[in-house]
Amino acid sequence: MSLARRLRTERAQAILFVAPAVMVLVAVALVPILAALWLSFHRSILLFGERAFVGLDNYALLLRDTRFHAALLRTLYFAAVAVTIELLLALPIALLLHRAMPGRGFLRAAVLIPWAIPTVVSARIWGWLFNPDYGLLPRLLPASDVNWLGTPGYALHAAIVVDVWKTTPFVALLLLAGLQGIPEDLYRAARVDGAGRWTLLTRITLPLLMPAILLALLFRTLDALRVFDAIWVLTEGGPANTTETLSVYAYKTLLRAGNFGYGSAQSVVTFLVVMAVGVIYLRVLGAGREG
Amino acid sequence: MRNLTRLGRVLAVAALLTFLLGPFLWQGLTSLTPEAELGGRGWPSHLTWRAWAGALAREDFLWSLFNSLVVAAATTCLCLLCGAPAAFALARLPVPGRGLLLGGALAVSMFPPIAVVSPLYLVLQQMGLLDTRAGLVLPYATFALPLTLWLLTSFFRQIPSELYRAARVDGCTPFQAFRWVLLPVSGPGLATTALLVFVFAWNEFLFALSFIHSPGRRTVPVAISLFAAEHAEPWAEIAAASVIATLPLLVLTVLFQRRIVAGLTAGAVKA
Repeated sequence: MSLARRLRTERAQAILFVAPAVMVLVAVALVPILAALWLSFHRSILLFGERAFVGLDNYALLLRDTRFHAALLRTLYFAAVAVTIELLLALPIALLLHRAMPGRGFLRAAVLIPWAIPTVVSARIWGWLFNPDYGLLPRLLPASDVNWLGTPGYALHAAIVVDVWKTTPFVALLLLAGLQGIPEDLYRAARVDGAGRWTLLTRITLPLLMPAILLALLFRTLDALRVFDAIWVLTEGGPANTTETLSVYAYKTLLRAGNFGYGSAQSVVTFLVVMAVGVIYLRVLGAGREG
Repeated sequence: MRNLTRLGRVLAVAALLTFLLGPFLWQGLTSLTPEAELGGRGWPSHLTWRAWAGALAREDFLWSLFNSLVVAAATTCLCLLCGAPAAFALARLPVPGRGLLLGGALAVSMFPPIAVVSPLYLVLQQMGLLDTRAGLVLPYATFALPLTLWLLTSFFRQIPSELYRAARVDGCTPFQAFRWVLLPVSGPGLATTALLVFVFAWNEFLFALSFIHSPGRRTVPVAISLFAAEHAEPWAEIAAASVIATLPLLVLTVLFQRRIVAGLTAGAVKA
């Protein structure tokens, strides 16, 4: 068999190998996104089975819908605050886990526990801890007469606490993997040159950890922007819609109100927001790697 | 000075353990506390399994455990069946549009699932798969497929390419080489991937909440989220149900700790 022909059959076989995965991704992810876009150009109420093309009407409605604007800003706020706290907590945890000490294996297993607990269950656990009548936290916290889950302004921060608890371990593990990739020799050489702990941290650890930090930031930001589970279980978007994020509002419009046209427009915008943030991050990551 | 830093480290570890384990242990204690003493100050007067018995006596909850097991297992199988050959090809064969495929998979992993709820709902409705366990498997597998591809591709690349080339020289087709030479030595990689996909499917909430209506077909997360709505806030039983739903995952996690950490951080190390 000639080399060219052999290469052709190799390629044909390669296509057969990847075909099932590609078909699944196209049929259940790519096509539905386009279908959601198509639906968003319609007025479509599930209950009445009606469907009429209305062009960009749903998007015009989005521009006027202050509830949607609030949900958009709230989602960005949620992601920014939650991810910042997670990184600030995860860095010292990763440094601690990196140290050789007795019981390190146990500690590393313990770190995985919040990660392994379903988000719905974590929200239940924290909902119970925050419970105004029976909860542990109202008794421990200084502002003990505040009903955290029932007070606007507090409830969103309760959801942030759940997110931080559930995902900080994952961030810490990512950073730990980054720490393990830093050669020990660098520290030894710096110490010989008389560098102190602070210098080691700021001149060696942090700069070399930057790729891992940026990657964790990317994963976590995109994940936090689509937050649904924790908020739905804690408050269903309440009180007075003050914990309603993009996913929660879109879910309510779609499945509570059965308004598939307008709900699809909300879903599409949620998708675009997440993708835009993702692309910006990847640009920054890419630029960082070349620089 | 030395003792002081050691004391500081002990305190830090204690604080960390409280943060990580405290909330779950509190839930466990709640599930064993007599209903009348919930929210009381101090330690409960005695511990009781009543809430556990109550949670396990609920037929819908038992069904939800079974449903989640079936859906998560089916998702894992489908993911590996589609993902393993594709990952092998991406690692060893000249796949046309390789970068596009891996990039596309990455993009899908960034998708907010709410973006596809409305079209999937309509399609499942038309196919008669709405409100069925089977209707959940395909969406779950799709959203777990990117992770599967990335993990397995990097895993197959770690297997020395000599192994594959030797098989080809000995007359194997690419498929035979994959099936009889590479798969048998891929146990650890497949197991790690399967574990992460299973955990993902066990925990998924939005699709399960959107596509399932019948109480008997709910998955565990949906059942637990609706526990209170149907009954007058049985806190101890909710606590027991959450612990029961989480225990299998915790056992798996502690047993396969190293594998999971390796799988979760595989992307980070390479980047």
